[in-house]
Amino acid sequence: MRVAYWPGCVSRGFTPELHGSMAKVAPLLDIELIELDRAACCGAGVIAEHNQELADTLNARTFALAQRTDGELMMNICSTCQGAQSECQERLDANTEYRERVNQNLADEGLRYEKGLTNKNFLWLLVEEIGLEALRARVKRPLSNLRVGPFYGCYIVRPVDRLGIDSERPRDRYLHWVIEALGGTVIDYAGVYKCCGFPIITMNKQASLAQAGRHLGDALDAQADCLVVPCPLCHLNLDMQQPGAAKVVGRDLGMPVLHLPQLVGLALGLSPKELGMTKHIVKPTSVIDWSTAVVAGTDDTAVGARRVA
Amino acid sequence: MPAYTLRIRRFDPQSGEAPHWDEHTVEMPETQSVLDAILKVRDEVDGSVGIRCSCQQAICGSCGVRMNGKPGLACNTHLGEAAERGHGVGWNPPEEGQVAPVIAVEPMGNMPVIRDLIVDMDAVHWKKIRRVTPWLVNQQPVPEREYIVPHENMVDVTQTMACIQCGACVSDCLAMEVDPLFVGPAALAKAYRFVGDPRDAQHRERLQDLAEDEHGIYDCTHCFNCIDACPKGVDPMSQIMRLRRRAGSDYEIEDRNNGYRHEHAFVNNIRRNGLLHEADLLPDSYGGKFNPRAVPELIGALPTAMTALRRGKMTPKTALGHPHKAPAEVKRIFEKVEGRSGRVELNLYVTGYEDEPEATGGGQRETATAAEPNAQGRPESVGAGERQPAAESLDADAVASETGTTEGETR
Repeated sequence: MRVAYWPGCVSRGFTPELHGSMAKVAPLLDIELIELDRAACCGAGVIAEHNQELADTLNARTFALAQRTDGELMMNICSTCQGAQSECQERLDANTEYRERVNQNLADEGLRYEKGLTNKNFLWLLVEEIGLEALRARVKRPLSNLRVGPFYGCYIVRPVDRLGIDSERPRDRYLHWVIEALGGTVIDYAGVYKCCGFPIITMNKQASLAQAGRHLGDALDAQADCLVVPCPLCHLNLDMQQPGAAKVVGRDLGMPVLHLPQLVGLALGLSPKELGMTKHIVKPTSVIDWSTAVVAGTDDTAVGARRVA
Repeated sequence: MPAYTLRIRRFDPQSGEAPHWDEHTVEMPETQSVLDAILKVRDEVDGSVGIRCSCQQAICGSCGVRMNGKPGLACNTHLGEAAERGHGVGWNPPEEGQVAPVIAVEPMGNMPVIRDLIVDMDAVHWKKIRRVTPWLVNQQPVPEREYIVPHENMVDVTQTMACIQCGACVSDCLAMEVDPLFVGPAALAKAYRFVGDPRDAQHRERLQDLAEDEHGIYDCTHCFNCIDACPKGVDPMSQIMRLRRRAGSDYEIEDRNNGYRHEHAFVNNIRRNGLLHEADLLPDSYGGKFNPRAVPELIGALPTAMTALRRGKMTPKTALGHPHKAPAEVKRIFEKVEGRSGRVELNLYVTGYEDEPEATGGGQRETATAAEPNAQGRPESVGAGERQPAAESLDADAVASETGTTEGETR
């Protein structure tokens, strides 16, 4: 399927491995990415906090650019983009006068947003468009013996109404389902739906890192080999800031954190290096060990041995 | 009649014993409330179950509890609804082999338990409410007759007035979980109730106070838990964002927590680059690369930056250069929107959704930001002049009249 692809900012900034791994994984899933390279930042809630109309206009522009492509829908790879854009879209779709006003801001560029865009995070697209059965069929190296903790973050699961979560579409279970479909083991721990703390890192560093550190520690206690996140901002706080978080909570952490396309790519047969995992601040040793062991055909020893040790 | 397994968390801090779960099977229609079930158990099986409740119709706010992991009022949560939430956010997954669906009821979080399902609201919730001066400070002189308040201002604060002080948002506030001193969602929503009220004389003082408090408005992590928790649609987090908007844009309060600086650094970053350039955001949030506040932060970030450079996560170009520039169209959007006379805020709680037949009507809310304090003849109308080019005020008027149409139509 062809999708209008919004990679966001951070996936091309401090987490280049996210954009890179998505580009590698997409063809393996028959997803054709039409990149929206002229679109601007979604505002991450901060621009909306400053001036709602400004954020709504920037996102309406992105939506309009997406509608100009022949993609079936718009896809993002960042929970924060999903949440911030869903919020703007909710307002734009709810009120014609307001939408017209925002469209006036785009008129100079000859762009216009028409109500009713479908914008899905890669996670939603995996389950709702590709389907878990089809995903399972494409798995080359099932993630057997890999214990994965889902970390949803906030923007992709709350508020439930805005994000269209209900018993028909339990999007707050999708990460669990995808891990299972890839052959991995889901680890339940306290932080699954909690906040990584990133939004307040410059305002209250202590509280921000205490959040990250607590969830990483909980995952460690639950014996997770790694976490998986659909949001690069969560990745910044859980991976890049992990050394600082470890200091705040006063314990060794060393918990690898994978981006969703990396986890998918691993099961589809790509190597950790191809997926940019060597770029992480916390070396995903357990995942690399797992991958090496699987390739060597000794898959149930490496990770297990490390865990016992 | 459907049966439910009602699991109640029991704890008496006086007893010296650890908390435990009691399990009861109740047969009741799915449309009865979780509170009905708890009271049935208390009346018929175990009179010692501790629960606080009064009105039983979602008005008094007494029966806040967590049901299957999520906070809410026991009296307005149907048994069927609570049982179905097995897979929702933060809810306990349904257990296999369970004959009757489980509804686990436990006391709210972030507050100490007095007994069983009763938490100490005084110790946390009410203390925080008192913290924000939850009463109107009259402007002087007090008018001889009634105070005339523009309709849209009262409509605007209605959302915060809907709060029934149940504490559900406080229960699941993730910022408070790591920072118990955080003023929190309920109290900050209450603060907006007065900051948004033109009769109040202390908008600036209130905002200054809550911006400068290191556990104030800038401590919220945008986790949205309070929005989902609130049984009354108060959207505490949205009220906190409005407090920030007022503090940062209307009153330009430069707080010592970097809240103002971070917001402006972010907005300017996008204005300049189109996409977020993270390497600039950190120092700019602390006042710029050479600011004494930024220096220790930058030094602290060095080891991570070095690792990132070594591993190819960052390149010297992404760390020091500016790899992208905002297209001219994006720059024009900033100019156009920021050049408008008043900010427009669309509050869906007030306006409702066009397509929904049950939409309650109302109008698009015009926050003639700077004009508002002006209308009250207040000295605090900082920057009012700069933001009101005469030609643009026509624009705002146009929208106001459009809004009138919307009101008529949706009603």
